Amino acid sequence: MLSPLVDAVRAAAAGGGDGKARALRIAGGGSKDFYGRPTAGEPLDVRGYAGIVAYEPTELVVTARCGTPLAELEATLAASGQMLAFEPPHFGGPPDLQPPHSGGPPGPQPPYSGATATVGGMVAAGLGGPRRQAAGALRDFVLGVTILDGRGEVLSFGGQVMKNVAGYDVSRLMAGSLGTLGIILEVSLKTLPCPVMEETLQFEMPEDKAIATLNRWAGQPLPVTASAWCAGELHVRLSGAPVAVSAARERMGGVRIDADAAQRFWLSIREQSAVFFGAEDALVRPLWRLSVPSTTPAAALDRIEGARLIEWGGALRWAASGTDAATIRDVAAKAGGHATLFRAEAGLRERIGVFQPLAPAALAIHRQLKAAFDPHGIFNPGRMYAEF
Amino acid sequence: MGDPGVNIERQAQVRARLAALLPAESILFEREDTRPYECDGLSAYRQQPMLVVLPANEDEVRAVLVACHDMRVPVVPRGAGTGLSGGALPMGDGVLLSLARMKKILSLDPAARMARVQPGVRNLAISEAAAPYGLYYAPDPSSQIACTIGGNVAENSGGVHCLKYGLTVHNVARVRGLTIAGEVVEFGSEALDAAGYDLLALMIGSEGMLAVVTEVSVRLVPKPETARCIMASFDDVERAGDAVAGIIAAGIIPAGLEMMDQAATRAVEAFAHAGYDLEAKALLLCEADGNPEEVAGEIARMSEVLQRQGATAIRVSRSEAERLLFWAGRKAAFPAVGRISPDYYCMDGTIPRKRLGEMLRFIAAMEAKYGLRCPNVFHAGDGNLHPLILFDANVPDELHRTEQFAAEVLEKCIALGGTITGEHGVGIEKINQMCVQFSASELALMRGVKAAFDPDGLLNPAKNIPTLHRCAEHGGMHVRAGRLAHPELPRF
Repeated sequence: MLSPLVDAVRAAAAGGGDGKARALRIAGGGSKDFYGRPTAGEPLDVRGYAGIVAYEPTELVVTARCGTPLAELEATLAASGQMLAFEPPHFGGPPDLQPPHSGGPPGPQPPYSGATATVGGMVAAGLGGPRRQAAGALRDFVLGVTILDGRGEVLSFGGQVMKNVAGYDVSRLMAGSLGTLGIILEVSLKTLPCPVMEETLQFEMPEDKAIATLNRWAGQPLPVTASAWCAGELHVRLSGAPVAVSAARERMGGVRIDADAAQRFWLSIREQSAVFFGAEDALVRPLWRLSVPSTTPAAALDRIEGARLIEWGGALRWAASGTDAATIRDVAAKAGGHATLFRAEAGLRERIGVFQPLAPAALAIHRQLKAAFDPHGIFNPGRMYAEF
Repeated sequence: MGDPGVNIERQAQVRARLAALLPAESILFEREDTRPYECDGLSAYRQQPMLVVLPANEDEVRAVLVACHDMRVPVVPRGAGTGLSGGALPMGDGVLLSLARMKKILSLDPAARMARVQPGVRNLAISEAAAPYGLYYAPDPSSQIACTIGGNVAENSGGVHCLKYGLTVHNVARVRGLTIAGEVVEFGSEALDAAGYDLLALMIGSEGMLAVVTEVSVRLVPKPETARCIMASFDDVERAGDAVAGIIAAGIIPAGLEMMDQAATRAVEAFAHAGYDLEAKALLLCEADGNPEEVAGEIARMSEVLQRQGATAIRVSRSEAERLLFWAGRKAAFPAVGRISPDYYCMDGTIPRKRLGEMLRFIAAMEAKYGLRCPNVFHAGDGNLHPLILFDANVPDELHRTEQFAAEVLEKCIALGGTITGEHGVGIEKINQMCVQFSASELALMRGVKAAFDPDGLLNPAKNIPTLHRCAEHGGMHVRAGRLAHPELPRF
């Protein structure tokens, strides 16, 4: 039902007896509550607006409402041999790390029993998993959105077609906006066929050599669709036609690992259940996400103490580190990227902020955009930046 | 001599101010010098600009913008002027800002697969510079030999390979730009994402209305080892459309997937001699790329699907030369049509692919209604249709009938769940149809987006996003879910 959401937003915008607008905290399954700055406000549960509205495998498009469980969406696509190619993390409850044994090539990933992630939350967070390095980010697959803006108006942008340049690309702007611009009611996403075959190779190599090797491979026509380096061990996933995968394996070398173990491994990277991430330790040692050019040498991060894990062919560096935020952000900026305080206790996230501070001109544009979408400032205030 | 449409006093005033900032040869004001800028690729719309400026670097661009902002002079940015929707149409009281002189490739890092270029660099020049490293820039609009990367960013340009390799928005990592107030903003980064809102996505396809592009970082991708192309004939256009769906359903994403109807193949063949089957009602071009074994496998699978879907003939390219010949015809479609008709009008709607048959029947009906011929070329993989209405501007009323024909087709695209423009942009050409595709509130929000970057509305105003007033005049009635658009406005 849409009307309760519209009513709630209009009431919050109109405000109480004092005429002051009331803040809302847009809530789905709560699986990504840890991400972003803490936001006050009255929770507005949007899970009632759910369901897959349209799915046509031959058009490569699915349209779903915000409250649709991500697991349900993925299962529906898998039944037609398709997937969300950006491999979104769920972060909802413990992922099922014991998928049923599958003979032959790894099939579509199974749903996660404990998962609570919703489609709306996935788009608002804008995160991608291991396959992002090859397939593109979530925003690259957004074709259209319907949103509820801060005036309580239902607005549609983009559509269900692959190419669309009518007006500004408001749909992609919603990806990763953390619910600060509006409630994402419905989204249309491009889907892709699941790979015919996947294989994972394992290599022993130090960090610098892994970075150089990943970049060298990326410059060649090889079907590399995921990579992760940690503690001297590099895992690389190949996907595609069997002849392409086997030709690449011969060129690259390494040790092929068992299909079930490989699937568990990539799931543990995507869901951050791998030992490195030690989610329960985040309260002690914050987890930083450094997004940098893929060729950034290991030494460029030397001022950050603690263990590191590398993904996305070198473009994503995770650091579990107690180094101060200013140093970490400076290291990321000097490398040409940015740092995110991905997991930490709420007090720290509130105090030092989560995302790399914006330059004054960019911040001014952000504030103006926020005002255009949400003139009363009711949606998730402060979740992205303290200023809005 | 100034144009009758140009206010000479104002021109002199603005010229004096800019003359202090730029070398004399960078400012054009004589009518014969500004005439080449009076239109872009959509020559049906022409307007002499008040002044043309040709800055050589970012500092000069900033100086021009600050001065124009201060004097409240509208600024229209322009690259190579190959756009097809009038997005670079000048304003009689405005400055036409050409970025064509900023054409340096600043750096090309093969290890990071990234090229940093100025906005006036040609699309194809990037791929040529990257070729020695086995890399290329994927989006390949048919004008790639001439169009600039700055223009590609403004229009979110596509090409014949974008189903697999994406549009400009998927291949540009970072844009550096200047707001109309002359402030530098970095959009995106050379990492895989950036902090804050995705302003890069907003910039790409914004038709030069939010900021002026001064530098672009593009991703380069490895050239596939080999590519081969199938040319399949069908005796029915809808059957060809079903075959496209069949290929996708088989789990294949071809590197290219194009369709031409019989009128298009006949026009093209006489011009390009590509060896097209002229008896076929529709031709499909399906390309596979990758390593040789992979390509052989995909060609076999696609051929099987095409056979099953009723292809009457199938040819597979046997050499790189033959593959290029298959494509040469498709890529020459616009000039070929230009040869058989004094004028033509190219449309750019996108529809869900399954509605293709319905759309083509509609176009055939419009041909009869308006007495004009309309061959069709189609980016079949992504539903982007380019009907080409043939007309003669010297015949009274033909341009008018063409415009009405086009408007009906665009509105049909919306009715079928598609959009009025897939890759050419709204510009000035399709601005009235924006009133049909979007509600008053949606247009108001887009104007809010513009104002967040350009509160005074000086950067390429009057393009892309119509005012409510204009929508009321056009009479475009946006009716969605039983709601009448713009109920707040009086109707006559």
